[in-house]
Amino acid sequence: MHEKERAPTPEQAARHAITRYHHDPSCLVQILHDVQDALGWLPPPALTAIAETLGISRAHVEGVAGFYSFFHLEPVGQYRIFFSDNITDRMLGAPKLMAMMCRILNVEPGHRSADGAVTVGTTSCTGMCDQGPALLVNGFPVTRLTQERIREICNLIAARAPVKEWPKEFFLVENNIQRSDQLLKFRLDPGSALKAAVAKGRDGLLAEIHQSNLRGRGGAGFTTATKWEAAKKAPGPERFVVCNADEGEPGTFKDRVLLTSYADHVIEGMTLCAYAIGAQRGFIYLRYEYRYLVPHLEAVLRQRRTLGLLGKNILRQADFDFDVEIRLGAGAYVCGEETALIESLEGKRGTPRIRPPFPVTCGYMGKPTVVNNVETLAKTCLVLAESADEFAATGTPQSSGTKLLSISGDCARPGIYEYPFGIGIAQILEDCGASNVQAVQVGGASGTCLAPYEFHRRIAFENVSTAGSFMIFGINRDMFEVARNFVHFFAHESCGFCTPCRVGTSLLKNLMDKMHNNKGANYDLSEIERLTDILKTSSHCGLGLSAGNPVITTMSKFTDVYVKRLQPFEFEPEFDLDKALARARQITHRDDTEAHFQDEREILS
Amino acid sequence: MTNESVAKAPKSTAPSAPGEALQARETRLFSLDGKPVAFTSGQTILEAATAAGRYIPHLCAHPDFPPHSSCKLCVVKANGRYLSACSTRAREGLEVESNTPELNGRRRTLLQMIFVEGNHYCPGCEKSGFCDLQALAYQLEMQNPHFSHFWPDRTVDASHPDVFIDFNRCIFCELCVRASRDVDGKHIFALTGRGIKKHLCINSRTGKLGDTDFSAADRAANICPVGAILKKHVGFSTPIGKRTYDATPISVVSLASLEASK
Repeated sequence: MHEKERAPTPEQAARHAITRYHHDPSCLVQILHDVQDALGWLPPPALTAIAETLGISRAHVEGVAGFYSFFHLEPVGQYRIFFSDNITDRMLGAPKLMAMMCRILNVEPGHRSADGAVTVGTTSCTGMCDQGPALLVNGFPVTRLTQERIREICNLIAARAPVKEWPKEFFLVENNIQRSDQLLKFRLDPGSALKAAVAKGRDGLLAEIHQSNLRGRGGAGFTTATKWEAAKKAPGPERFVVCNADEGEPGTFKDRVLLTSYADHVIEGMTLCAYAIGAQRGFIYLRYEYRYLVPHLEAVLRQRRTLGLLGKNILRQADFDFDVEIRLGAGAYVCGEETALIESLEGKRGTPRIRPPFPVTCGYMGKPTVVNNVETLAKTCLVLAESADEFAATGTPQSSGTKLLSISGDCARPGIYEYPFGIGIAQILEDCGASNVQAVQVGGASGTCLAPYEFHRRIAFENVSTAGSFMIFGINRDMFEVARNFVHFFAHESCGFCTPCRVGTSLLKNLMDKMHNNKGANYDLSEIERLTDILKTSSHCGLGLSAGNPVITTMSKFTDVYVKRLQPFEFEPEFDLDKALARARQITHRDDTEAHFQDEREILS
Repeated sequence: MTNESVAKAPKSTAPSAPGEALQARETRLFSLDGKPVAFTSGQTILEAATAAGRYIPHLCAHPDFPPHSSCKLCVVKANGRYLSACSTRAREGLEVESNTPELNGRRRTLLQMIFVEGNHYCPGCEKSGFCDLQALAYQLEMQNPHFSHFWPDRTVDASHPDVFIDFNRCIFCELCVRASRDVDGKHIFALTGRGIKKHLCINSRTGKLGDTDFSAADRAANICPVGAILKKHVGFSTPIGKRTYDATPISVVSLASLEASK
């Protein structure tokens, strides 16, 4: 991004970023982004300069910078390449492509090349599952990777071509809308839902949202009107609206499509909420992986300001001032949890807060705050522009309206499908051209794994609840490896605040790796139960509480894939003497039979 | 949590409304392991239990600081739900289970997790006999670490003239972080990294304690529940057998020390 420009000093970069954010320490995450953009990474003098210029503790700056995956406290290459490591990317061949790139560029995975030009590694799901395998280069997504494309990328890197001069088609991100219903068919005339709301008044708007029975689309399914009412009633002069666009659940990408092509719906939804609760400031908390959408979103915001739909006296209402700022995440799945998101918005580590109090009374800066999912906000426009009764009449009595599903994995037509709630799993599979299906993971890594005998079940809050991720696994997929991928994901994304999740997810990862290496035995199955039990009962937030789910559900439904890996002993040690000798072999340049340890059981047999 | 607004919140035991003061006069009760515990408005389950002379195991909770709720040792079953006793307010009629084989079994597992994620060698540690982690392991009859050790590569910082930090023993209770920030007003400590790689960092360009204005008289220098932050120039000053937890279990010491501070 800044390959050809002369790099500023850390002090200059810090001053520049801090001036841009008006010396506001709550913008620390944004400031760190700016400084890193200017310097390529965050060297220690930059942290010192940020702390001194902002007048905050250096340890706090280091603490925040060290929390997020995309902040680099060690030198990284001029080209920073991260392959999406979600199971769907892996199924499309991502690991082989990454190995190929590392071979061509002569770089160790996770490290920087000797010439300092490139760092290659993996990252959690980038939300391109329907057009994977995908990677991020300096923050920009490259989709539909093939061997051919990897070779082209390697050539561009060898020629030191700036990323902005790379072929446009590399960065093509498609919507892949396969089935449209209420929302995706709805063309919003900007301001029309807002006008309808103003005509009804604040209480009328709330009554309408209530009438629609709209529930949060981010996974928890909390009634939207109840949330808004609570924030409206909470004492204090200031209120905030936050759009949770930290779409990090593996296999989910519907918010990316909404922000790409339905941004007006989303921002108008935020404005409706602001009107209802009396908020003057709003934030879109956008995941780093969708950073490429910032210019587009800024353009939509500017246009809405020009139209008088944001800013002072919106629609010429005397007491209706509201504007929206974009805040960028920096690679932390846990920030999808609303209190962790708020901490991040305040320029802190994304650690979930103790609840209660809930954000509706004590949110951003301790003020009443509504945090809504992208899809929920877009749907409020639908309620206003059409009618609440019509909205409530769609779906099921407990789950009104439609749901966007992000479908990926083994099917002919991956992409976005909008269905009324109550749609059956079998029907969805038929529509997207999936056959010989072994399992469907609904709701992402933290969701539920469904086996064919459950395909009669339906998508609804009261049946199979989901924030939108729908990953399909064909008959040839190894469900153990699916679960292992999710366990790795949780261990990587655990914030580390509470003991059970910090240590438990890593212990679980080690156990799954032990079984993967054919070192598992009966004992390990009971250990898995011990760990999943403590995660489920003692964790601080939803991440830890659900981190054991992929193992629990696959173990009960696909027992065979675990059992077939077990050694015929009660216990098999994890320690591998032969592997431990690898370093000694490397030093002595030996690899003959004598330099290897042979298991005594193998000798006996 | 680094939330200033939480840190500066009034002590939760103080009645916040005139009506609550009136209510507080009536005795309100919840049940802890089948026996009644009286509580006042705003008290947490842990505070009320402690005030009533009933012990609930905990590591990161401290009477002088707002609840932290990270160690999860104090998780109890309240009306069938698992909740942290340190951060859950007591409610009339709540049925709380704490001293049960189920919950103590999980507490043992949590202790084992803490032991294997760091490098804890009790026999060589000056805090032995005064260490809350060690005392809790005795209290809950932890016989072994059970899990494979992580053997993390952590260092010792001996750069300060009067205090040294052995990062191998840090359990991330953040009491030093909180005390330095909220009592000493110095912000000497913070946590950085994430997940299992989380670790303490120090507020100086070098990352060394010796390059800060930290003092052995700071509250933060005197609050570590384990042997991570220790004074120099003294060591093993109390003979084995006379140390705090040698004769008296933490369940008794914990309640007695609170009584003494009143």
